[in-house]
Amino acid sequence: MSSHGSYYLPDPSPYPVITSAGLFSLALGFVLWINEVALGSWLMLLGAAIIIVMMFRWFGTVVSESEAGTYDKQVDFSFRWSMAWFIFSEIMFFGAFFGALFYIRMFAVPWLGDTELLWPGFEADWPTAGPEGPIALQPHEVPGPGQFTPMAAWGIPALNTLILLSSGVTITFAHWGLLKDNRGQLITFQFLTIVLGILFLVLQVEEYVHAYTELDLTLKAGVYGATFFMLTGFHGLHVTMGTIMLIVILVRCMKGHFTPQRHFGFEAVAWYWHFVDVVWLLLFVFVYWFL
Amino acid sequence: MATAATAHHDEHPYGIMRWLCTTNHKDIGTLYLWFAFIMFFVGGAMAMVIRAELFQPGLQVVDPHFFNQMTTLHALVMIFGAVMPAFVGLANWQIPMMIGAPDMALPRLNNWSFWLLPFAATLLLGGLFAPGGGPAAGWTIYPPLSVQGGMGTDFTILAIHTLGISSVLGALNIIATILNMRAPGLTLMKMPLFVWTWLITAYLLLAVMPVLAGVVTMLLTDRHFGTHFFDPAGGGDPVLFQHVFWFFGHPEVYILILPAFGVISQILPTFSRKPLFGYDSMVYATGSIAFLSFVVWAHHMFTVGLPTAGELFFMYMTMLIAVPTGVKVFNWVSTMWRGSMTFETPMLFAIGFVFLFTIGGLSGLMLAIVPADFQYHDTYFVVAHFHYVLFSGSIMAIMGAVYYWLPKWTGNMYNEAQGKWHFWLTAIFFNITFFPQHFLGLAGMPRRIPDYALQFTEFNVWSSIGAFGLGLTQLLFLYIVVRTIRGGKKATDRVWEGAHGLEWTLPSPPPYHTFATPPKVD
Ligand SMILES: [Cu+2]
Repeated sequence: MSSHGSYYLPDPSPYPVITSAGLFSLALGFVLWINEVALGSWLMLLGAAIIIVMMFRWFGTVVSESEAGTYDKQVDFSFRWSMAWFIFSEIMFFGAFFGALFYIRMFAVPWLGDTELLWPGFEADWPTAGPEGPIALQPHEVPGPGQFTPMAAWGIPALNTLILLSSGVTITFAHWGLLKDNRGQLITFQFLTIVLGILFLVLQVEEYVHAYTELDLTLKAGVYGATFFMLTGFHGLHVTMGTIMLIVILVRCMKGHFTPQRHFGFEAVAWYWHFVDVVWLLLFVFVYWFL
Repeated sequence: MATAATAHHDEHPYGIMRWLCTTNHKDIGTLYLWFAFIMFFVGGAMAMVIRAELFQPGLQVVDPHFFNQMTTLHALVMIFGAVMPAFVGLANWQIPMMIGAPDMALPRLNNWSFWLLPFAATLLLGGLFAPGGGPAAGWTIYPPLSVQGGMGTDFTILAIHTLGISSVLGALNIIATILNMRAPGLTLMKMPLFVWTWLITAYLLLAVMPVLAGVVTMLLTDRHFGTHFFDPAGGGDPVLFQHVFWFFGHPEVYILILPAFGVISQILPTFSRKPLFGYDSMVYATGSIAFLSFVVWAHHMFTVGLPTAGELFFMYMTMLIAVPTGVKVFNWVSTMWRGSMTFETPMLFAIGFVFLFTIGGLSGLMLAIVPADFQYHDTYFVVAHFHYVLFSGSIMAIMGAVYYWLPKWTGNMYNEAQGKWHFWLTAIFFNITFFPQHFLGLAGMPRRIPDYALQFTEFNVWSSIGAFGLGLTQLLFLYIVVRTIRGGKKATDRVWEGAHGLEWTLPSPPPYHTFATPPKVD
């Protein structure tokens, strides 16, 4: 640790450049893999391994620095500002996909239906997989070849909405436990939050299997399939990361980390979890419900 | 204004490990600036290929497919490899010194945002050696053309993802630094304008880089995973790509120019020996420009077939940006008005900026007029316009910034005569290169085509000669910078007689760690 001034300046660190190399290997491997070049998947694996090891080391360093009391109030504020605005950038990432969904539904598909010259007879309804895609099945219709069934909102998706909303409540109870220095409450509710997160993911997988095997709804099912799977898929990825983060925090809680006054690690993950929650609500409304 | 810094022992590893592992804002700033400089020459070499091919009509130097790769990569390299990293480099060096902070707020993250860049550049340029060559659909990678391209397009997409991570991390760090690390007493409305413009730029980065990541992800899945975002047969729309891309793209041009506004607002007062005219209005103008940048994107798409209401909305919004930009130009001119001006190299670049950027701004206003744009769209007029704002705007501001702060960074003065030669050759060759392109565009010469009709020959010859001169002149810049780093007349701490601000209270060169105890600002 450098000893000048009050603000903590970390010593030179090899983690960032190694992480960058890992990311490079992952990206290069990915490009080769999707172009069916033999080495691709191995490079991806190598890259992922490097990144995972580095995350353990890097976060491990930060956690031990934090527990050693290295960070003062000002450093804490740097973390807060950057985490808050990082979540903002994540919102903008989802914004791109929501924007695409709205544009498709409000403009692209209706315009496509207006043009009799291009695809005579194409009816612009939502959901649609486009003039050449499979046709969406209407309720009470017997599915024929070249048809797909849209995902219904009031089955698994509604249940998943309940689950995520409850997890938002349980993590708040966990936070209150931490603030009251009641470790039992903290750990119980943190554990419950993780269970709910995993339950959500299991049901999401169930839903995908259902879509692929029974509804003929796939990523390739036109623009409805594309927006459906990309939006819910990226959300699921974020829930997965959020759940891993929750588990890390649980382990830290059980090790006795955090105090009622200083627990930014916990709060950052809680913010992230609420963000994932809100994105889901928007998904439920615009992807599942309003068809 | 402030107390002097306390000097400290410069403990750090030596050799390559110093640069790989550094957490020091000055080291990281240096890395960024050298990376940008190298990319400037790489992108410049591509421009030379383009201008060599366009020296005369017909196809002689390269084949059209390679020409397309050059126009595509020239833009991507210059935007993401040269201009953006150069400004982040300036931010790294200057922001902590200008606000009296010991370093950037998150030093390890800072190192990471830099070291992602060389890897991203490798991906971007590596595409050239892939089967089918590099990306060739233009830097805007519009589908359906970009859905058809070879592996090079995939390399580009992954490079953009990597660059995006770097930019977002860099922006977070700059925001945390500016909001959290200012010296006591340095309120927001006392911050140097370079700091202000970077704060706003950082927000633009956070808002739009993820959107770019999103849209190239859709492109990737359309290419390889069977989605139909941009395919009408599946209910998608190629115009969707253009909307999302330009939602990123227009704020991106302000990401490239706002820090330049900041630099100019530092240089002009110094050499006019007067405070900046209308400081508050400068801050508000910057904010307004940033805000408006989110509601003008479709001015890039006037000919794609938008509803009339859309065309009108985006036309008026675009023209509205001329108001805050006009405020800025007015303030810069008023800063110089009746000042005791001297014309050292940074000042020459700043004045050159004010003149030439304004020309680019006015041609932008012409392009904003929908019926006129129907004529100008995708012609050399557009190329001329954005080189006036990006070369004589952003890049000349970066050059001015380098001359302005290099004596502070190195402790040595550059050679003034050589600096002036560099400025005048750059300014003259720049105009020889790009001014004729206005006429070419108005006469109807399309951009991104390796051949042209005979009547365009003469202006193209001028343009190519100018470009070769402009390229060669930059070798002089490299020579001047290297010579200044190696030695030269010692610079004083204040360096410039009229310079004000915390960075000038530090020794030249500043010690490795500065402002360990924050200075007081009143
Ligand atoms: Cu624009």
